[in-house]
Amino acid sequence: MFRRLPEAAGPPVSFTIDGQPAVGTEGDTVAAALLAYRIREFRTTPVTGARRGPFCLMGVCFDCLVAIDGLASRQACLVPLREGMRVETRQGKREPGR
Amino acid sequence: MRHLAAIAGLRDAYDLVIVGAGPAGMVAAATASGRGISVLVVDEAPMPGGQIYRAVAGTRLPRHLLGRDYRHGGKLVQAFSESEADYLPEASVWHLDETRTVGISLWGEARLIAAQQVILATGAIERPMPIAGWTLPGVIAAGGAQSLLKASGLVPSGRTVLAGMGPLLWLLAAQYIAAGAAPALILDTTPQVNRRHAARHLAGFLLSPYATKGLRLIARVRRRVRVLSTVEELSIGPVEAGLRVTFRRGRQIEDTRADTVLIHQGVAPNLNLAAAAGCALEWNEAQACWQPQVDLWGGSSVAGIAIAGDGAGIVGAEAAAARGELAALEALRALQAITAAERGRLAVAPRTRLRRFARGRAFLDALYRPSRAMRLPAPEALACRCEEVTGRQLADTVRELEVVGPNQLKAFLRCGMGPCQGRFCGATVTEAIAAARGVSPAEIGYMRLRSPVKPITLAELAAMPSSEADRHAVVRG
Repeated sequence: MFRRLPEAAGPPVSFTIDGQPAVGTEGDTVAAALLAYRIREFRTTPVTGARRGPFCLMGVCFDCLVAIDGLASRQACLVPLREGMRVETRQGKREPGR
Repeated sequence: MRHLAAIAGLRDAYDLVIVGAGPAGMVAAATASGRGISVLVVDEAPMPGGQIYRAVAGTRLPRHLLGRDYRHGGKLVQAFSESEADYLPEASVWHLDETRTVGISLWGEARLIAAQQVILATGAIERPMPIAGWTLPGVIAAGGAQSLLKASGLVPSGRTVLAGMGPLLWLLAAQYIAAGAAPALILDTTPQVNRRHAARHLAGFLLSPYATKGLRLIARVRRRVRVLSTVEELSIGPVEAGLRVTFRRGRQIEDTRADTVLIHQGVAPNLNLAAAAGCALEWNEAQACWQPQVDLWGGSSVAGIAIAGDGAGIVGAEAAAARGELAALEALRALQAITAAERGRLAVAPRTRLRRFARGRAFLDALYRPSRAMRLPAPEALACRCEEVTGRQLADTVRELEVVGPNQLKAFLRCGMGPCQGRFCGATVTEAIAAARGVSPAEIGYMRLRSPVKPITLAELAAMPSSEADRHAVVRG
């Protein structure tokens, strides 16, 4: 679990997590904003369905994949949070045509 | 610099393309631009700085919290900002080949551009630490946790355990202490034998810029945080509402509960793009990792492609910046923007800095070389995070099928074929095969890498501008 230091407070950025309204902070990546919301399970793996969350936070491990604005399998740790973004977690194996 | 917001803003061709905006990339850009050549810097992050100086120009944290070395990055960002280079942030480079065609993708749009010269400044990644439970949510790489602190001011709440070894682990602990978020416990896996090996290089270290700084840092952490040394057989398991860390010290098996476990055992060059472009790699026995072969200017085995910074072998941020400058000078010479004599004259200062910061590295390399037991996966640990291959599967397959190399192993277990493309299993796989066959990792080699080195959708590929000749090349009849 993560918390934000009071001195790091900044302008709010509104977005949604799985349809629920949420507020992050300017300068956050999508991964940071989710972790600040105490979400640490971002997806399940396609192989065994194991739960995963951010690990490397620098674009290398691909464990933080989420859907952003309808685009699947985005690396949450690389994408800066923007106003109005729609973030969807819990993606697993992709089904044909989805 | 000229900040590009969209991929359409790119020229079709550049004299010099620099991949990565960390210390090496920023300094290379500042050195090369303004001399009548076109320069492009492509980077994945939203702001320049790389991992080491991540968000240095944007962080809201008070100055003392991240330390003086971090703030030094602000000067490099300043010099880069004042340069005439084009800068494309938030973009992935997914292709590079010996013709120096560079494939770039940004928000679902891809382009191929041409480069006369390329400098890869792709930096370092966390060295794999394949212990049981390293894939559990709540287990995070220490470097990753540090970037959450730098860019977003996030610190772990609850009971935090740091486990592993290396300068970064101590630095992160010190930064958390300064932020009022001291970890509960540090499990130091530095093998006892390393201290003896490192002692041989002690004189060089004590004369280096790292010595006073590092020793003070460790002392500061030890005063505030409980540190258990010579920890072995580390593993992490899930428990009700948290994690349990189990480890051995001497003959004693111990365990402790944690909400967050931050693991780290050093860094290794981020070599996927270089390797996919065909740059030859070599095994660095002292650091127990793969690195591209480079000459004194960073030149790789592929003409026109240089590698600077930690991506060419781990040297640290200051030395990385010096290597960026040297690679840029050679690119300028190759582009005939300066003469060989000018290149030589301008290289004196960065070479001196490189020597200064190379001093002390041998000590750090020897002290923080992870034990073989910590580099090879435990039977129940995932060796390959993407394809979920355990250490047991890996060892059994290598033995039973008499696997000779990592490329053959791909066919059996798919190690290295998931989205991370071996970044977190490549070294592990080579070392596991080498251990089973009783030879050096150098003899086994690294897995063959191919572009795209970052995922790109078919739609992006299909939507790329193509010429009549491109279409003719693939249309039958």
